[in-house]
Amino acid sequence: MATMKNEIDFLLHLADNALIIGHRNSEWCGHGPILEQDIAITNIALDYIGQARNFYQHAAELINRHPIGIDITQTGNDIVLPATEDSLAYLRDVREFKNLLITEIPNGDWAHTTLRLFLLSEFEMQLFTHLLQHPDAQVAAIAEKSIKEVSYHVKWSQDWVLRLGDGTEESKQRMQAAIEAIWAYTGELFIQPEYATAACLNYAAIQDVWNKKVSAVFEEAGLNIPSKTFIQKGGAEGMHTEHLGYILAEMQYLQRAYPNSEW
Amino acid sequence: MVNNTIAINAIWKILETVKDPEVPVLSVIDLGVIRAVALEEQQVRVTITPTYTGCPAMDMISMHIKMVLNAAGYQTTIQTVLSPAWTTDWITENGKQQLKAYGIAPPVGKSFDQTYLEDLIVPCPQCNSTHTVLVSQFGSTACKALYKCEECKEPFDYFKCH
Repeated sequence: MATMKNEIDFLLHLADNALIIGHRNSEWCGHGPILEQDIAITNIALDYIGQARNFYQHAAELINRHPIGIDITQTGNDIVLPATEDSLAYLRDVREFKNLLITEIPNGDWAHTTLRLFLLSEFEMQLFTHLLQHPDAQVAAIAEKSIKEVSYHVKWSQDWVLRLGDGTEESKQRMQAAIEAIWAYTGELFIQPEYATAACLNYAAIQDVWNKKVSAVFEEAGLNIPSKTFIQKGGAEGMHTEHLGYILAEMQYLQRAYPNSEW
Repeated sequence: MVNNTIAINAIWKILETVKDPEVPVLSVIDLGVIRAVALEEQQVRVTITPTYTGCPAMDMISMHIKMVLNAAGYQTTIQTVLSPAWTTDWITENGKQQLKAYGIAPPVGKSFDQTYLEDLIVPCPQCNSTHTVLVSQFGSTACKALYKCEECKEPFDYFKCH
């Protein structure tokens, strides 16, 4: 039972990551620097919402199959049963969300947005590769599907880090400022959540590859990795920045105000 | 058993009439999203696989499959499987020709070849020139990239390798 609770929490962690970063990227809709890039980032947002749906659907299936003894939340609140992808996305409160803090911090400028996506998708690339060996075949299948999409996200965001870092004086300065601002949120990527118990996961190995890939791109772009090592953490355990509440307020308003409404 | 085979063949024929709502020249069979068709009594189970996880066309495709099979007198359930993950390699030769005739450049090369993310030469579907440039890896739908032809100056969609 403990194993099942761990798997459900881990699925919610992956789903929440995808939902929140998908929401952040979607905020660029209609505001992108040029039309083609506006379309690109909203396409990426759509990929993330699709991944979130896959993870929530699977979590809901497991919750409904094993409802007894599963205290799904950190705060002890009961989850609405039967669980659905929608109830998990729209009816859980801020302390129950397990997304990494890096996904919820505001978009900032284009440099912040593309850098955050680069750092996150290089991490996802490694994490999902490990998940291909997950004992639950559906988790492995979602990872297999997601990797194909993440490959494009890595390529696109990496191109922007290079383009801005190796661009004009101002673009370089903005990309470096983005690194200084976001770097403290990257440490949490490699802190193994206590519910991430699947044997296929090796966070130290993920960090190792990530460091190499990120350093290589920064070097090519002429960007510096900050020397300070302070780590902002807690998201995976439900301890969030003040920003997540605002996201949920916007995202959940309709379902909270008009329960079960559909369009 | 023989009758069952005949009926399943008939169902595949019916499925040929279901088109991708975003690319209406491609049938769901040419697109490669139908993984299996099973028939028991008058119950049909169609197994499909999504192209992209977030593609809104998938819900429409499922609904359309149910509608055409219901009209033919079959109760239908749709099962979605993710693995093996859909790839553009499953688009049929006929599908690729249909795409080109429709003005969308079909996928170049095989998806397992990681160079699909590098600089590919994508011939222009209008004038066949190979003098084309990538404008954006993300186009009007999740499955397409945006290119521009330097010869005929037309922009065009490219159904990207996946």
